[in-house]
Amino acid sequence: MIEPQPITTIDRSELPAKTATLASQGWRLVQICCTTGDTSLELTYSFDKEYAFSNLRVIVPRSDAVVPSITASYLAAFTYENELQDLFGITVTDLAINYNGKFYITTIKHPFLQKKTNTPASTMPA
Amino acid sequence: MGTRTIIPFGPQHPVLPEPIHLDLVLEDEKVVDALPSIGYVHRGLERLAEVKDYNELVYVAERICGICSFIHGQGYCQGVETLLNVEVPPRAKYLRTIWAELSRIHSHLLWLGLFADSFGFESLFMHCWRVREKIVDIIEETAGGRVIFGSCKVGGVRRDISNDTLKRIRGELAAIESQYNELKPTFLKDASVNRRTVGVGMLSREQAIALGAVGPTLRGSGVAQDMRKLGYAAYKELQWEPVVETAGDCYARTVVRVREVTMSFDIIRQAIEKIPAGPIAVKITGNPTGEFFSRLEQPRGEVVYYLKGNNTKNLERFRIRTPTFANSPPLVIMLKGCELPDVPVIVLTIDPCISCTER
Repeated sequence: MIEPQPITTIDRSELPAKTATLASQGWRLVQICCTTGDTSLELTYSFDKEYAFSNLRVIVPRSDAVVPSITASYLAAFTYENELQDLFGITVTDLAINYNGKFYITTIKHPFLQKKTNTPASTMPA
Repeated sequence: MGTRTIIPFGPQHPVLPEPIHLDLVLEDEKVVDALPSIGYVHRGLERLAEVKDYNELVYVAERICGICSFIHGQGYCQGVETLLNVEVPPRAKYLRTIWAELSRIHSHLLWLGLFADSFGFESLFMHCWRVREKIVDIIEETAGGRVIFGSCKVGGVRRDISNDTLKRIRGELAAIESQYNELKPTFLKDASVNRRTVGVGMLSREQAIALGAVGPTLRGSGVAQDMRKLGYAAYKELQWEPVVETAGDCYARTVVRVREVTMSFDIIRQAIEKIPAGPIAVKITGNPTGEFFSRLEQPRGEVVYYLKGNNTKNLERFRIRTPTFANSPPLVIMLKGCELPDVPVIVLTIDPCISCTER
């Protein structure tokens, strides 16, 4: 059995209003995911309500990777949005709890924006 | 307002086998705010999808966490199978269900022991782990490993369990459940346990939904949601209902797990009764195409695998949202207003798995 998983693509400016509506209707935030493209970043916001599963998708250019925070409607989004900042270099505006790049301790800055996964040179002393 | 003090909790703490940090803002002994920090050991496993064949990635998925390793592998495989439009043989679905529920029992028994340890009940901790050891013995006998199962693969499972072995295991489980039943009243009725759990670490139903809680944390606040109801593996053919408690405190979250162990014993018994004969895997050809969110119920709650394929042997995106990641924001709310000595107890009631979170 495969559950329906609709994905609605919206403009980033619509994100706060759309998520506010979902929050008021009792939808639970499931996750926020980013997929990297050559010139753009694809963000998927997933929600659940009594096993119904629905997604909002926002696509932003790499050169202007800025999205508004949804923490005004879903405070729990602060973990996902700090992850977007640290791993993907996306700027999230109006983020309620902002770790300012210190949510994850990584060897490489914005590691998920790199082209290929390469094992970083050891940082341990010889 | 009294004098405020910030107390660091973790990343090294006796109740934390893995590193997570909390900044606790205290007024005298009362916690008025808490801010979690993770990321000490983030492994970036998701990006291995770019260099590992989608069949090899099962081994990576199983190693995200040692406690729910089987369900990690199962969730990944179910996602790839959906992208490949592959139907797994019925016997493989039942075997996956049996192994997943054995995982849930040993994970919950591990947690019950650690939880007892968090409020100083050492003998209860040891009894829980004594019973758990027998479940791990069954896992070793059927899967070959005590921690990493290595049994799930894209298209089915790698090894069968004979019907004779399953019947014998059913008998062994009855004896193990009997021993488990001797432990249950201590968690449910013992006055010293109740004093540390009842009315502590409150999370209302509305807060649980608004903050994205999952698993026993969500069900302990009165929300009857369990991803097994989506009907994956053999769950839709078995009789069971989500375990729900409504109090929203540490006691409610404990009761959910105590009752879920009993339910898992029952699910395994049903699966052994109904398991059909037949093949345990199908041949896989082609490469994954499209995108899919694979959602399963781990012992700690809903896990989400997002898989995106582009018709090559490597996935374009492999993303995992683990239960502890989702349960971290609700933890902040549970801690507000509690006394400092209750912090370890409340933290443990989300059953934190940092290995999962730092995937």
